[in-house]
Amino acid sequence: MKPAPFSYVRPATIDEALATLAADPHAKVLAGGQSLVPLLSMRLAQPSTLVDINGLSELAFVRTDESGVRIGALARHRQVEDDGDAWRAQPLLRQALRLVAHPTIRNRGTTLGSVVHADPAAEMPAVAVLLGARVVAASVDGRREIDAADLFVGPLESALRSDELALEMVVPANPPRTGTAIDEIARRHGDFALCGVAAVVSVGENGAIETVRASYLAVAPTPHVLDLSEAFVDGTASDRNLDAAAEIASGALDPDADIHGTADYRRHLSGVLTRRVVRDAYTRATAPDAQGAR
Amino acid sequence: MTTKAFGARVARVEDERFLRGRGRYLDDLAADALHVALHRSPHAHARITDIDVEAVLDVDGVVAVYTYEDLTGAMADPLPLLIPHPDLTHGRTQYALAKDQVNYVGEAIAMVVAVDRYVAEDAAARIVVSYEFLPPVVGLDAARAADHLVHDDVPGNLAATSTQATGDAMAAISRAPHRLALDLDIERSACTPLEGRGTVAKWDTDNGRLEVWSSTQTSTGVRAAVAAKLGLDLSVVDVITPDVGGGFGVKVVHPWPEEVLVPMAAMALGRPVKFTEDRREHFISAAHERAQQQHVEVGFDDDGRILGLDVEIWHDNGAYIPYGLIVPIITTTQLLGPYKPPVYKATFHSLYTNTVIVTPYRGAGRPQGVYAMERTMDAIAAALGKDRAEVRAANFIQPDEFPYDQGLIFQDGKPLIYDSGDFPQMLDKVKALVGWDEFAAFRDEMRAEGRRVGIGLACYVEGTGVGPYEGGHIQVETTGKVKVSTGLTTQGQGHQTVFAQIVADELGVRFEDVEVVTGDTRRMPYAVGTYASRAAVMSGSAIALTARSVRRKALELAAEALEANVDDLEIRDGVVEVRGAPGAQISLGTLAVLSNPLRYAFDEASKAATQFSVGDPDKVPVPEGTSPGLESRDFYSPPRSTFASGMHAVIVETDPDTAEIRILKYAVVHDCGRLINPMIVEGQIHGGVAQGVGGALYERMVYDEHGQLLNASFMDFLMPYVTEVPETIDVDHLETPSPLNPLGIKGAGEAGVIPSAAVFASAIEDAEGIVITRMPISPSELYDLRRTHAGSDEAAVAAVEGDS
Ligand SMILES: Cc1cc2nc3c(=O)[nH]c(=O)nc-3n(C[C@H](O)[C@H](O)[C@H](O)COP(=O)(O)OP(=O)(O)OC[C@H]3O[C@@H](n4cnc5c(N)ncnc54)[C@H](O)[C@@H]3O)c2cc1C
Repeated sequence: MKPAPFSYVRPATIDEALATLAADPHAKVLAGGQSLVPLLSMRLAQPSTLVDINGLSELAFVRTDESGVRIGALARHRQVEDDGDAWRAQPLLRQALRLVAHPTIRNRGTTLGSVVHADPAAEMPAVAVLLGARVVAASVDGRREIDAADLFVGPLESALRSDELALEMVVPANPPRTGTAIDEIARRHGDFALCGVAAVVSVGENGAIETVRASYLAVAPTPHVLDLSEAFVDGTASDRNLDAAAEIASGALDPDADIHGTADYRRHLSGVLTRRVVRDAYTRATAPDAQGAR
Repeated sequence: MTTKAFGARVARVEDERFLRGRGRYLDDLAADALHVALHRSPHAHARITDIDVEAVLDVDGVVAVYTYEDLTGAMADPLPLLIPHPDLTHGRTQYALAKDQVNYVGEAIAMVVAVDRYVAEDAAARIVVSYEFLPPVVGLDAARAADHLVHDDVPGNLAATSTQATGDAMAAISRAPHRLALDLDIERSACTPLEGRGTVAKWDTDNGRLEVWSSTQTSTGVRAAVAAKLGLDLSVVDVITPDVGGGFGVKVVHPWPEEVLVPMAAMALGRPVKFTEDRREHFISAAHERAQQQHVEVGFDDDGRILGLDVEIWHDNGAYIPYGLIVPIITTTQLLGPYKPPVYKATFHSLYTNTVIVTPYRGAGRPQGVYAMERTMDAIAAALGKDRAEVRAANFIQPDEFPYDQGLIFQDGKPLIYDSGDFPQMLDKVKALVGWDEFAAFRDEMRAEGRRVGIGLACYVEGTGVGPYEGGHIQVETTGKVKVSTGLTTQGQGHQTVFAQIVADELGVRFEDVEVVTGDTRRMPYAVGTYASRAAVMSGSAIALTARSVRRKALELAAEALEANVDDLEIRDGVVEVRGAPGAQISLGTLAVLSNPLRYAFDEASKAATQFSVGDPDKVPVPEGTSPGLESRDFYSPPRSTFASGMHAVIVETDPDTAEIRILKYAVVHDCGRLINPMIVEGQIHGGVAQGVGGALYERMVYDEHGQLLNASFMDFLMPYVTEVPETIDVDHLETPSPLNPLGIKGAGEAGVIPSAAVFASAIEDAEGIVITRMPISPSELYDLRRTHAGSDEAAVAAVEGDS
């Protein structure tokens, strides 16, 4: 359990980082290391160069304005989770981050690293797609923005090229009269989930449900977003409607079995969790938190 | 007056060092050592046709590479079968490096020695082995079917079949008014200590001595094995056990291949060599336990009293069987627990599979036996519609029946005779602790909230403190400090504390002045090891006897020095005093000086022992039958094991939607005879319960049909976190002293983990109304059970409707 040989570079500037990435197609970015280092130790990843971006302190930011939250590549999960402005602007960030691993891992792991790592069981990719976030990527050839919806190609596979560095993620603010919620079932506290669901529910001026969207993690190769609005045509979060939404979800998903749960069980959980998170998000949409977050 | 240390909640002296990071574990030693990495088989079953190590030689920093071809003498023989047994007709053990066949993924094939572990791993990965594949035998079904054989020359994959009986059980069952049959399964788990295995060896060319440090539960065992394998005299081999980060059984197996290969390389290369096992290696090349299939037949009367019990067990022993039949013997004997079926018969079949070896893991076969017995008790209660506690009580051995002879032979080859216990009182205590009688009301309350809860109960008896012997050595230094050593090893249990408590009381010294060393063959070359909850009973008793000898010696010396009668003397806080004569006193330190008649003085204290200052000129300085020094070495060897006992009860909640299982209350009543340190016993129980929660609800070894272990990491092998373990574990003690040893004590190390599978199965069954026959159980499996159960209910209803 020792990594294979690699060379190590700790660039002082973004340009230097990009140049190093461009020079070696088998280079890999090292951010918080919470996913990459175990892969290195088990020799499942054998990059020839590690580009350690922990010196690029200009990327350690969380900035919030009325349009949303910008999360820099070196912002740790913990920093994003603790940020009050970010929470008020987009409460789903904190709600989801609390389910990511354990505090010690959140102290080091980066939110953007988690997104580009594209683990189908991770929370933040599912949240990014649900919220319509965008990732800003840079290479020696310039910058581009990638919609979260286009970012996830397969399990542990993102649309990021090997010469690109993700600089930041832009997460839109929560619109008015909109509530969010996330829940998951994991074998142990802090583990990757067997199934997780995040939901965004918007209500009209009259409090009637207008749109319901949910994002599913750990039950598909990439985050799977479903529009469940059709189950709520009468505008209420009645048991019948919640059941209908749950049914849409379990019908649409085709999870794989793994050693922790059968496909049937996961599908069943997707339904159970759909009910829970839609109900919670609906409650928040109608009654915002005292501090203004939904 | 010295306060009595025995029985007190003395804080562990170890913790200061451990908590400050001052522990010295195997990997902390020998910073200058060369490192080894093993090339291990990626296949579960294959013949080796070629091993090509050419590419290794190009790697910078490689010092040596070994394959089977390089092993000579006893090293070329299979590793020892540690515990032979007449029924073990087909015992097979592995070679230190695979000879021409591999039988599990992870089996060692070649060893690289290099400047560091990184280089060693780079090099080991370059070794090319050619294989001819053989069909792997994975799991008990495949082993029993025996369509393929693990070892060509072992028909039916059967290492052993063994039967013990106290009469014709089937006849008794067939005469009984009620009969039941159960088929039960229990899966694999493993010890998974935080520190894996590890060995350091140094060959001292100047002195012709081999020094070995190993993370082991038996330093004397490793010493004997290393000496035998390398053809050395025992007297030139020292084995020292540093701090050990957990053992739980796996480290009592010896020698591990690396434990002899590392010393071999150290001798050959004349340089220190180190092996530090990594986590993946631990999963695939150390040991597992627990997997069994069980068939139980039982006959009973209207009260639930068992009239006959017949058990057949299929035990998965993995690819080899170095530890013999200990685990299944314990299962079949300890299955009886606190009960006394008048006729009992047990047969086990120990079967080879192409998986990691199976050797004792904390509990060592008992969890399986208790599971079989307690599932049976619950089944009897269900069949009769009786309270589960009542059915158990109807079968208890009564307090006036001790010593109680179960009529079987135990794992130590001695009769299975329980020395003491009080099961009815224990049951009362555990019922009170968990709220057994109030549970029905609680269940109704929860039901009204739409919540589902269940309560479970499981009882066990644990043979502890098995022989053959342990020893103690105590020396009083001239400073008055008391140096204690015993040969068995320590894996964090708190031996330094409890042994010091015993010595403080027995010798009459301050607890702080006692210093205990364990597992160092230089200090105590005669010892057996730390397993089977035996350290307190065996070494504790030996140390108590030794302290008594030293006390006698001190009093004799003091009587002479103080010109008093031995009977008038007492020792308090390390000072011998003449009763009723204030001021007439002498310290143990001074007595230590006087005990060693000197010619030469080297400091103020020693002047007192030189030839012109002390002694009767007409007497021999060291009279016959005595020896210099205020010290003694004594041994304790028991007639047979002592039997501790316990009962656990748990209340669980199962989520009606997600099938998640939560623990609401966990209660333990435990009897290990006289308690040396209740806090340490409770710590052992807490840890055991945590491990038991893991074994019952989280952990398993997931092998695929090719014999690949799919969850060989802590990411996927779900050892419970603190968040999965009950926040509080209510513990109550009962003390029925053992008549078998000077302190009246019994072992406590394994207790906490023994009834877990049984007690959780009982509670989940109670919550769900679905019979549980397989453990461990995950939410996904419970969900499946619910669906099949609902399905079978519907099918049953359909069948009934179809009839009409
Ligand atoms: C025990 C444990 C439990 C965990 N549980 C969870 C969980 O429940 N949910 C969850 O979501 N995660 C979990 N994680 C993973 C954790 O959230 C990681 O922090 C996260 O997945 C990756 O972030 P990182 O900064 O550590 O990335 P790293 O490990 O440094 O990198 C991960 C990958 O992303 C690439 N990368 C990182 N940053 C960039 C960048 N700016 N530009 C381009 N490429 C980049 C790296 O090259 C690498 O391929 C767990 C981790 C552990 C160890």
